Amino acid sequence: MNLNQNRAPIKDALEEFASRRVVPFDVPGHKRGRANKELTDFLGKQCMSIDVNSMKPLDNICHPVSVIAEAEKLAAAAFNARNAFFMVGGTTSSVQAMIFATTKCGDKLILPRNVHRSVINALVLNGAVPVYVNPKVNRGLGISLGMSLEDVKKAIAENPDAKAILVNNPTYYGICSNLKEICRIAHENNMLVLADEAHGTHFYFGENLPVCAMNAGADFASVSMHKSGGSLTQSSFLLTGENVSEGYVRKVINLTQTTSGSYLLMSSLDISRKNLALNGKEIFKKIAELAEYARDEINQISDYYAYSKEIINGDSVFDFDITKLAINTLETGLAGIEVYDLLRDDYDIQVEFGDIGNILAYISVGDRERDLERLVGALSEIRRRFKRPGTGMLTQEYIEPIVEKSPQEAFYASKTSLPLKETIGRVSCEFVMCYPPGIPVLAPGESITADIIEYIMYAKEKGCFMMGPEDEAIERINVIH
Amino acid sequence: MDLWFSEYHAEGVRLSIKVAKQLHSEQSDFQQIDVFDSEEFGRFLTLDGFMMLTERDEFIYHDMIVHVPLAVNPEIRKVLVIGAGDGGAVRELCRYKYIEKIDLVEIDQRVVEISKQYLPSTACSFDDERLSIYYQDGLKFIRKCYDFYDLIIVDSTDPFGPGEDLFTKEFYGNCFKALTDYGIMVNQHESPFYKNDANAMQRAHKRITETFPISKVYQAHIPTYPSGHWLFGFASKKLHPINDLNPASWNSLGLDTRYYNTQLHYGCFALPTYVEEMLRNVENEKE
Repeated sequence: MNLNQNRAPIKDALEEFASRRVVPFDVPGHKRGRANKELTDFLGKQCMSIDVNSMKPLDNICHPVSVIAEAEKLAAAAFNARNAFFMVGGTTSSVQAMIFATTKCGDKLILPRNVHRSVINALVLNGAVPVYVNPKVNRGLGISLGMSLEDVKKAIAENPDAKAILVNNPTYYGICSNLKEICRIAHENNMLVLADEAHGTHFYFGENLPVCAMNAGADFASVSMHKSGGSLTQSSFLLTGENVSEGYVRKVINLTQTTSGSYLLMSSLDISRKNLALNGKEIFKKIAELAEYARDEINQISDYYAYSKEIINGDSVFDFDITKLAINTLETGLAGIEVYDLLRDDYDIQVEFGDIGNILAYISVGDRERDLERLVGALSEIRRRFKRPGTGMLTQEYIEPIVEKSPQEAFYASKTSLPLKETIGRVSCEFVMCYPPGIPVLAPGESITADIIEYIMYAKEKGCFMMGPEDEAIERINVIH
Repeated sequence: MDLWFSEYHAEGVRLSIKVAKQLHSEQSDFQQIDVFDSEEFGRFLTLDGFMMLTERDEFIYHDMIVHVPLAVNPEIRKVLVIGAGDGGAVRELCRYKYIEKIDLVEIDQRVVEISKQYLPSTACSFDDERLSIYYQDGLKFIRKCYDFYDLIIVDSTDPFGPGEDLFTKEFYGNCFKALTDYGIMVNQHESPFYKNDANAMQRAHKRITETFPISKVYQAHIPTYPSGHWLFGFASKKLHPINDLNPASWNSLGLDTRYYNTQLHYGCFALPTYVEEMLRNVENEKE
């Protein structure tokens, strides 16, 4: 097979298919857009004309044998993986597939508590049991860090029957654990390593960035191509290493993945993989420079702290992703979420998220220096206009969970709905999280404490966008009866 | 030869000028820069295909963006000009002998160089010893200034290109901070007539009103700009553009101007009813 990264087999097949002007008596029913003028005017003819069905010349995502298979081989080569799988249900579907492929009901999975909701959702679905490693916390910044090696070793020693360890590489804030060493220890103990690389696509291509999961020896990695990789939203890669059966993983993916994979998403994965393989080094160099520039300027304003490699401590912050622009706001007396809201409402600047103590501005190759000037200028103005004494600011971001039941057991248990304050001491059947970043404050099966209630109320008061419970206003939580 | 320069003023409207000769064309790091010569308007400069100035009617724009604030506050000594790489605003400022310092911040060095080469009638004061030129982003420059300038002139392009920064709330806020107590900010304020210009005009006015206690708008007739009806913003911390005008003082300077005079100064703040309404609408929206 020709593994020249200049190729884009799915794109080529779509173009070839379009040139044959095949008369469509198959789905989709919009028939290259002709059936829905308003939609076609809105999305564009080109877009509608490649929204086609799986068929022989275009392969089938459920059982790739031709162009999708080739595109997956090219992706695997570009990412230094044994196999790469095209995923069209978001990185959520990649994360779920790697958990379903490695654990079943009652199996233990070792993981840090600051995981994305999709991880715990997968446990609700398949009944595996989480063994949490408490991530370390940087109290000054109010963020959760990576896992320390000692804590991982301890979890392994206490749970020698665990099937796998899941690692964030990196966290939303750009923080990496010592993935290589975790892989080594896990494999010594016959456990697999699953990497959530939703925020780490660029590690495979850039220089001076933390190690990527496939190079560190991980067995699975879920890679959000649509974040730093530049493909369309909802497209993602699942990567697997040497000792993972391709056929079994495919079977697991097909349990939940659509049988009508979108060619918009798949061609975007194909073309973006090509772009990263050919230009990734340059692209991420430029992004790192933009982020470094912004960090320097922001740190000169005073009261904001845009952190970088100086927080590396050799363990729970083993490495830092310098393309991330995370900014601590607490010294201005404003919560991150307040700065986030002011940027959007007063200055028409949308950043990725704001939490209690930080905002995260997502930098990509599409950014221009003058856009960064706007961000810096607006932050400087926000400080000038709104700075206040920082007393009474809540900084504690991580609350140690008390796990009483497995997520599945709690989710499906017989339940009762109670007002927030009356839930203290009960076991939650639901998630509560700020979104983004989507890291649960409370997950099904966890005991509700006064700290958790205080945190939820404070986050609501500061204007965080909270979700999870059946009661959308988050005034009540379902607890086990 | 039948060669025309056309600029769309609205989707179904364009202004065309017969071109005698194209003198220059280049893509700089920031924008497409062209200079043409024409029978009717003399030489003219366009950026990304938008008219910046013609030799024939630039005096109107430059009179109005400079003399209006200078007539309101005769104490102006330190001036910051943002944009204005063609040199027209600097030329008018240099006529005030008592001005001590003029800082020009232009993002695109090529605009200055090309103006010097092809537009000597505006780019004629770049050698004035009071002038310093900084080739950088206006927002970045102003961010580091506190309580320093008596006048800031924002001579920007439209808010749909490199000039976008100069129509933002963060920019106006940083200008406020960079001005002295009696400071004035004057800005190119777009036009009220065609929809896109009018939206930009309203957005700019809203943001300035949110930032400055005094925010007024004045007008001029500029034939080569869309609709010919153009607006300027006058924003300040303390000075009112009419109540604080001292006509005798400005007239005693004996400056020869072809468009501006102190009678026109009173008149140019009197706006058509529909424009007043558009401004009032966004003023009422303010928090």
